[in-house]
Amino acid sequence: MLASVYTTAASDKVGTPDPIAISALQHWAYCPRQCALIHQEQSFADNLHTARGQAVHHLVDQPGEAIKAGVKIERSLPLWSERLGLVGKADLVEIHPDGAILPVEYKHGRKRQARHDDIQLAAQALCLEEMFDRPVPHGAIYHASSHRRREVAIDASLRAAVSEALTAIRTMLASGRLPPPVNDRRCRECSLAELCQPELIAERERFKRALSGLFDPDSEAA
Amino acid sequence: MPASQTTYQVQNSLYVMTPGAYVHLDNTTVRIEIERETRLRVPLHHVGSLVCFGNIMVSPALMHRLADEGKSLILLDSSGRFKARLEGPVSGNILLRQAQYRANENKNGSITIARAIIAGKLRNSRSVLLRGARETQNADESAQLTAAAESLAASLRAVPGSPDLDSLRGTEGEAARRYFSVLGLIVKPAMREHFSLPGRSRRPPRDRLNAVLSFLYSMLMNDCRSALESIGLDPQLGFLHAVRPGRAALALDIQEEFRSILADRFALTLINRSQLTVKDFDQREGGSVLLNDQGRRAVVAAWQERKLEEITHPLLETKVPIGILPFVQARVLARFLRGDLDGYLPFLAKT
Ligand code: SF4
Repeated sequence: MLASVYTTAASDKVGTPDPIAISALQHWAYCPRQCALIHQEQSFADNLHTARGQAVHHLVDQPGEAIKAGVKIERSLPLWSERLGLVGKADLVEIHPDGAILPVEYKHGRKRQARHDDIQLAAQALCLEEMFDRPVPHGAIYHASSHRRREVAIDASLRAAVSEALTAIRTMLASGRLPPPVNDRRCRECSLAELCQPELIAERERFKRALSGLFDPDSEAA
Repeated sequence: MPASQTTYQVQNSLYVMTPGAYVHLDNTTVRIEIERETRLRVPLHHVGSLVCFGNIMVSPALMHRLADEGKSLILLDSSGRFKARLEGPVSGNILLRQAQYRANENKNGSITIARAIIAGKLRNSRSVLLRGARETQNADESAQLTAAAESLAASLRAVPGSPDLDSLRGTEGEAARRYFSVLGLIVKPAMREHFSLPGRSRRPPRDRLNAVLSFLYSMLMNDCRSALESIGLDPQLGFLHAVRPGRAALALDIQEEFRSILADRFALTLINRSQLTVKDFDQREGGSVLLNDQGRRAVVAAWQERKLEEITHPLLETKVPIGILPFVQARVLARFLRGDLDGYLPFLAKT
């Protein structure tokens, strides 16, 4: 709902780009083609989002987190930033009695790179700053498997990384072209592999050969 | 090439054919009732689409759930012809559609894809004839089948030189006549009394083999259409078949390469193995022939089983269930349209 309101507002202004989903940062970090398939082609994005959303939701709903007295907890809070052109949701946002605001991102995977998580968290912090007009100098990553909570300072370098990633994603989405497949380990765990066909595209030469023999009845199939 | 990492799932179609049947949702189970008696329960997650022949009642709750989960509800008339489809909002791929429209407007793009489709059709038809020639005991008939296969080879060689769609359709039409003129020879002699094929007749079919073919083509067309819609291609805008309101031209295009190897060969197998007999057909006044209720059931059951059989996809070098071949090909087409591949390569059966 919020996203569509934002889109209307943004597209009224000439030159204002459409907002980018915060989740695109994560997809981009994993594989630029995956990011394009989801946010540009919109193919099967639903499946992926639903699967991830449900996994996270399940974790966020689990009781037992440290809830300090007086701290207001907002789950699945809609986020946006007009300045950056970002929209999304925070798994959890703490609003402390002293006015401090802290986004908390839930992670469940094993081999995640901390920097990507941090950039996503920083994007959430930047949205919160704009929404509440208040600095958000910290966020936290909660690792569900180890029940560890890691504080992250939203420093200048993270803020710069967010805007760099956004520029790169915008450029890619505006081009309308699909980046080539990475065709490595990542594809094995990628839910878009069936649609993406990384192995087929990587085997371009073989494909070309099969294509060139298409009209020759004596040439073998592929 | 590494084995494909992709996992394929056959989308199981649930076919409901008994007039007056009531299909509804009971928690996460699809329940079919006939005269208030439960006849079948299927877990919803096993159902890829619900296909209803003729007068079947479907509960609104089930319709909503099918839409939510991106599963389709297909309405056919009682003889299997497509009527309508309810489809959830999964196919929102506007860039792919734009590329499809652009390729269609570009004469070069259209003819390139159309040639590839016809080449696939000719090669696969040829492989059906050659296999028939190998398997028959009758030397004369074997020679006839081989000769027809040779003539299809000549047509195939002519395809790249065909300057436009009309000449390509001409080449195809002539090859199809040649093909159907001998296809009946693959019917075992013992079965020929009741199953001969005096050329192709449709609308309505006028002999039993044609009646089976028409029915199978209609099911295959549905599968192709689902495949296209599920990846976001517009099934109505074709490259070989001209645009006409109400016609799924691209589904017909994609279907071309599969007809002989999936439908024709399958029809012949059903007949040769006596899985279909005279009792499965109704002969109507004036000469039309249709599968009757019992015959349709037999064909649908066998077709569902057939779709689960695995076949090696020469390009992916991996085994895939026959039922997902239209999906694989729809993706190959989409990848070509989006600039990932240098052309469209049809599915080619091993000879
Ligand atoms: S299959 Fe591989 S290349 Fe394709 S989107 Fe996924 S990770 Fe990227």
